[in-house]
Amino acid sequence: MKILEVRDLEKSFGGVKAVDRISFHIEEGEVFSVIGPNGAGKTTMFNLITGLYRPDNGRIIFLNNDITKTPTYMLIHFGIARTFQNMRLFSNLTVLENVMSSLLSKKTYNLFSAVFRTKRYATSEKTAEEKARGFIDFFGLSGKEDYTASSLSYGEQRRLELARALSTQPRLLLIDEPGAGMNPKEISDLAETIKTIRQRYSVTIAIIEHQMNLVMNISDRIMVMDFGEKIMEGTPQEVKKDKRVIEAYLGEEME
Amino acid sequence: MRFFSESRIFLVVSVSLYLVMKALFAFDIISPYIQQICLYAVIVALTAIGLNVIYGYTGQFSLGHAAFYGIGAYASAYLTKILAIEGVLPFIPVLVFCGVVSGIMGYLIGIPILRLRDDFLAIATLGFGTLVRVFLDNSDKFAESLGGSRGFVGIPRITNLELVFFFLVFVVIITRNLIHSRYGLFWRCIKDDELAATSVGINTTHMKLMAFTYGCILAGIGGALYANLYSFLHPSNFDILRSIDFLIIVIIGGMGSIMGTIYASIIWVGFIEGLRIVLPAQVLDLRWVVIPLLLIALMIWRPYGLMTKRRR
Repeated sequence: MKILEVRDLEKSFGGVKAVDRISFHIEEGEVFSVIGPNGAGKTTMFNLITGLYRPDNGRIIFLNNDITKTPTYMLIHFGIARTFQNMRLFSNLTVLENVMSSLLSKKTYNLFSAVFRTKRYATSEKTAEEKARGFIDFFGLSGKEDYTASSLSYGEQRRLELARALSTQPRLLLIDEPGAGMNPKEISDLAETIKTIRQRYSVTIAIIEHQMNLVMNISDRIMVMDFGEKIMEGTPQEVKKDKRVIEAYLGEEME
Repeated sequence: MRFFSESRIFLVVSVSLYLVMKALFAFDIISPYIQQICLYAVIVALTAIGLNVIYGYTGQFSLGHAAFYGIGAYASAYLTKILAIEGVLPFIPVLVFCGVVSGIMGYLIGIPILRLRDDFLAIATLGFGTLVRVFLDNSDKFAESLGGSRGFVGIPRITNLELVFFFLVFVVIITRNLIHSRYGLFWRCIKDDELAATSVGINTTHMKLMAFTYGCILAGIGGALYANLYSFLHPSNFDILRSIDFLIIVIIGGMGSIMGTIYASIIWVGFIEGLRIVLPAQVLDLRWVVIPLLLIALMIWRPYGLMTKRRR
């Protein structure tokens, strides 16, 4: 079943076509990777899907709903969560508050309950906290609940961002360059984490990544982009052998 | 319902403080002039808490807080005068109403301007503040009794110790409950990173508007209490300089600290009014040399405010 379908998506900035008529779909349950050189338009495409940019043309369909014009904050309630290339944690908030922010953004209790501290307030806060602690534990951050996010190490911050995105139990998780700035050991840990997440939370994963060994290891299908265009799409084996991909990454052969 | 939970210590302290003040007032230990200053300090605290929600917690820089304070003040002055209200009890609905009027104004102004950020928002709120000031200066053209630039005279004197204490306690508890709820969390998320807040599912436009409206409601109530304390209003009491006073209080008290704001209000009012008593008249204007120097020193040594500890 198609969980996400993108049709003829287009976005220009000034004269530059950042995303040029791209169409693809993501099957439920798979790990779908997007690769391509810097400036190929991968992050722009994620931003279009999550509503941070409005496309000039094209449609985005998520589980039979047209979400092309859906505001960003609604997407998490549809079941789409994301992480950012250069991490966007609430750096002055604690680890627990970071995870709880996304959990409580669902309609849990209203203003009246908040002011008068009704039972509804107490139970909602308590379930959210328990759930948040579960995710913090799963991502190996237990014991650091009350630390501010900025005091965590780089790897821990990456994991916290994943915990925050996953805590709402999305159907589709968009991960933007999770391996950036990680060493080989951390990369292989990350690959394990992504595999576990996929099984344990039965979530579909779309991922932008530069680290080839990570992409080849975890992906079911890969889409390759260059200069805003889709060059090809296929299994890791197909992508490895494709001449156009090699050209995009290594440059053309000199005659 | 646990409305008062987590606020027990605060309640005990404020009730005992009230009793002490009441005794001081009743036995005329302090002069009526100083009594008035005490009440004024509480009113300032209440209004500054409103700005703390807007700026300290939600990070929306407002230079127009005094305008909403002024709207509440003029609304209350006008209503109490034409309705000839004199007692405390009939005054309470007027106070609430003036808060709501300010809140509605804040809401309407907030819709277009809260999409702006930082310095742009500061300019927009400054513009609104100036607009209100100019309107008040010319208000006698709309209704003679508003007084325009001559000032609004003959407002019934109703505000008393019980009233300001009751409202302060009430507002502090509501604010604290809000801050410790999901709404407070969302406000702090927005201050920290608005884009991230949107992507975790927070309707940032809605939440910013809510914080701004709430802050303006408090300003309106503060203004109404002020109008009926001094029985005289002048547009110059509600201009940009007054907005900056509130901003300074929020910063001295520590952004995002309710108790800090209360202490800072008392220190601020005590300092300005206190120096007026201590210093001889010829050197009174030296206040405006001493105070800025102290502010500079504060910003160098305690940039997060007097009450907030340095962050980890």
